[in-house]
Amino acid sequence: MTPCLSLSDVRKAFGPIEILHGIDFDLYPGEVHALIGENGAGKSTLMKILGGYLRPTSGSVQLDGAPVSFQSGAEAEARGIVVIHQEFNLAPDLTVADNIYLGRELGGLFLDHKAMREGAQALLDQLDCPVSPDARIRDLPVSDRQMVEIAKALGRKARVLIMDEPSAVLTQREVQVLFRIIDKLRSAGVALLYTSHRLEEVSHLADRITVLRDGAVVRRAMRNELSEDGMATAMVGRDLADIFPPRRTDFGPVVLEVQDFAVPPLVQGVSLALRRGEVLGISGLFGAGRTELAEGLVGLRPHHGIIRRNGAAVAVRSLSDAERHGIAYLTEDRKERGLLLDKSLRENLTLSTLRRFGALFLSRPAEDAALTQAISDFDIRAPRRDIAVGNLSGGNQQKLLLAKTMLPAPEIVIIDEPTRGIDIGTKSQIYHFIDRLARQGLSVIVISSDMPEILGLSDRVLVMRQGRVAGVLDGTDISETAVVRLIMGTSEKAAPHV
Amino acid sequence: MSKISLSATGPLAALVLLVVLGAFLNDNFLSAGNITNVLARSAFIGMIAVGMTFVITSGGLDLSVGSMAAFIAGMMILAMNALVPTLGIGMPLVLAGMAVALVVGLLAGVGNGLLITRAGIEPFIVTLGTMGIFRSLVTWIADGGTLSLDFEARQFYRPVYYDGLFGIAWPIIVFAIIAVAGEITMRHTRFGRYCEAIGSNDKVARYSAVKVERVQLWTYIALGMLVGLATILYVPRLGSASGSTGLLWELEAIAAVIIGGTALKGGYGRVWGTVVGVLILSLIDNILNLADLVSPYLNGAIQGVIIVLAVVLQRGKSSAEGR
Repeated sequence: MTPCLSLSDVRKAFGPIEILHGIDFDLYPGEVHALIGENGAGKSTLMKILGGYLRPTSGSVQLDGAPVSFQSGAEAEARGIVVIHQEFNLAPDLTVADNIYLGRELGGLFLDHKAMREGAQALLDQLDCPVSPDARIRDLPVSDRQMVEIAKALGRKARVLIMDEPSAVLTQREVQVLFRIIDKLRSAGVALLYTSHRLEEVSHLADRITVLRDGAVVRRAMRNELSEDGMATAMVGRDLADIFPPRRTDFGPVVLEVQDFAVPPLVQGVSLALRRGEVLGISGLFGAGRTELAEGLVGLRPHHGIIRRNGAAVAVRSLSDAERHGIAYLTEDRKERGLLLDKSLRENLTLSTLRRFGALFLSRPAEDAALTQAISDFDIRAPRRDIAVGNLSGGNQQKLLLAKTMLPAPEIVIIDEPTRGIDIGTKSQIYHFIDRLARQGLSVIVISSDMPEILGLSDRVLVMRQGRVAGVLDGTDISETAVVRLIMGTSEKAAPHV
Repeated sequence: MSKISLSATGPLAALVLLVVLGAFLNDNFLSAGNITNVLARSAFIGMIAVGMTFVITSGGLDLSVGSMAAFIAGMMILAMNALVPTLGIGMPLVLAGMAVALVVGLLAGVGNGLLITRAGIEPFIVTLGTMGIFRSLVTWIADGGTLSLDFEARQFYRPVYYDGLFGIAWPIIVFAIIAVAGEITMRHTRFGRYCEAIGSNDKVARYSAVKVERVQLWTYIALGMLVGLATILYVPRLGSASGSTGLLWELEAIAAVIIGGTALKGGYGRVWGTVVGVLILSLIDNILNLADLVSPYLNGAIQGVIIVLAVVLQRGKSSAEGR
């Protein structure tokens, strides 16, 4: 049997950085093929190539054995390859039926609303989905939007269905429905590509499993050949010797203690302690509540619970409160929350600390001096000082954001995704900056979805799952497998204490 | 690069061109009387436009300023007329009137600002609403006619518009002070920097510990008070207010801001540019009235062309920077 969709020796590079290194992959009609790997392993890029959204730098895509080169996702869709994206492709102001038929509306000059509504209803019935075809997407909860997205794909008579973590937003009952649908599609001869971070789903559903790590296939297995533990082990494990600074050993007293901390609606019952000179890594899946916890701790989100600084309870209701208590936060969203992309380096650097640059009138020389200092401290490389920050590389933006965060001289800094979208060289530089801060006596919390980063940087690792602390690992207990187990909830070995 | 400097110097070049053109077309154009006339007429819109620059720079908009001016004028006249028996004609009466104007302006600004920042309604919608409300209220109070200031009070108050210092009319002096203060505030204070940051990306500003709502509220309050100040200088000119006082001032003020190079979507403000914009608009009006070249009825059309041209130049600038 020929695979209906396959990749041979596919490479993909963005600029000088190669993300996929020669991938062979195939999908047969009537199978569920699970693709697993850590964040950043290259799953999304691979799926985008399969779905026609990206073209490989080299190598070929074959449909029914014949090479194809899709120019767009729409072109692939016309050939029966449908992708269900994690971030949905639904028009929020249109109705469910409008969305299901978007781009292939029924009717001639005038739309045949009745036929479309009935067609949509039939598809939704097939999914046991109680949503009305007339409901607006905007009014639907996320799980219903996922079902509409699946109905839309079904309506497109998909031969190949690519599902990017479809279960992440579904309730247990809806996941059962989804599994039933997948079974039905499989027996109807549809080829399904399925990704999930929930390994128990993968072992339940998949006929075949491909494990991706660092842009290469590291393991292929048939059903029952790979246990959940085996998957986790295959997903992780690599040599990190040079990228990361050596570990610190000298820690001071506890400088920050958090008890029974909650950031409604997600984060609950979090307790943690942070010592002077320590790097505490926080790991977990997207949506585990890590960013919410951090934003709660610095007063960006309403919260309750106890925060103690050097033993004394403090109230942190705003970023200004956090600054006063020596706590700083570096956001994960560099472009939308961190930097003003159309402003210069100087204006970005000093924005959160303008009070230090003049009582009534701002002192330009003082600002310039601060920028000079920041450029040398954090090795920021910009062609001109007055260039708009949006024109800098991601790495240099991140260094500037780090400089901005450190400008108020905090004692505790929470860094959310320190190296997202940054090349490996700058990553290593940032790791050494973080190490330098810790050795200078600061305490650092690093939130990261990048597993090697968490393992390579952290003195201790706190894992969050579904808004709670799943466990804390210390010293020799820190291993990739141990962290992945806590993330996935396959182990209760580590007690949830600090 | 050349496009960037063009957008910065463009309005200035246009202003110089208009002055040269005016001098060429009419001998009276450069006379002290005409220049004073142009500047004094610019002063009202100018003060409002300076305030509008901050509102627009921080990502807002205020359509209500023209109606607000009419309403403030009405309230001021009512208050002064009512106070004539107690305070008599004199300085206390005028000062009381001025206080009323500033307080009403402040309250109007607070109203707009709170609806926008606390209730989270679009600035366009809020000020479209208050625009109708203010104008309707003044028409209703005047019963469809005109509110006139007490004759003697008016005689006493007149010099505030017609007199001045060292031969320069008061409105021009006040406008100059406001313009300089505005420019300094935008360039050299935290408030100005915060306005630009909020207009550029309010989320980034919030994550940088900027009190976004408070800064935005203050832009509307400052604008309201500037409308009050403009009204203080405007009322002695005619001594009356009606439903058509300050008609279309909001559009002139917004146009001046845009011509001056401030980005309508916010994030970048240039107060001196706004001043140039105001002068350009008044000069066009003045030249058309002095010269027979083009009918003054075409004033609006020419101003419209200038506004569109200014935005095209701005777009050239942003695409050059985006590269």
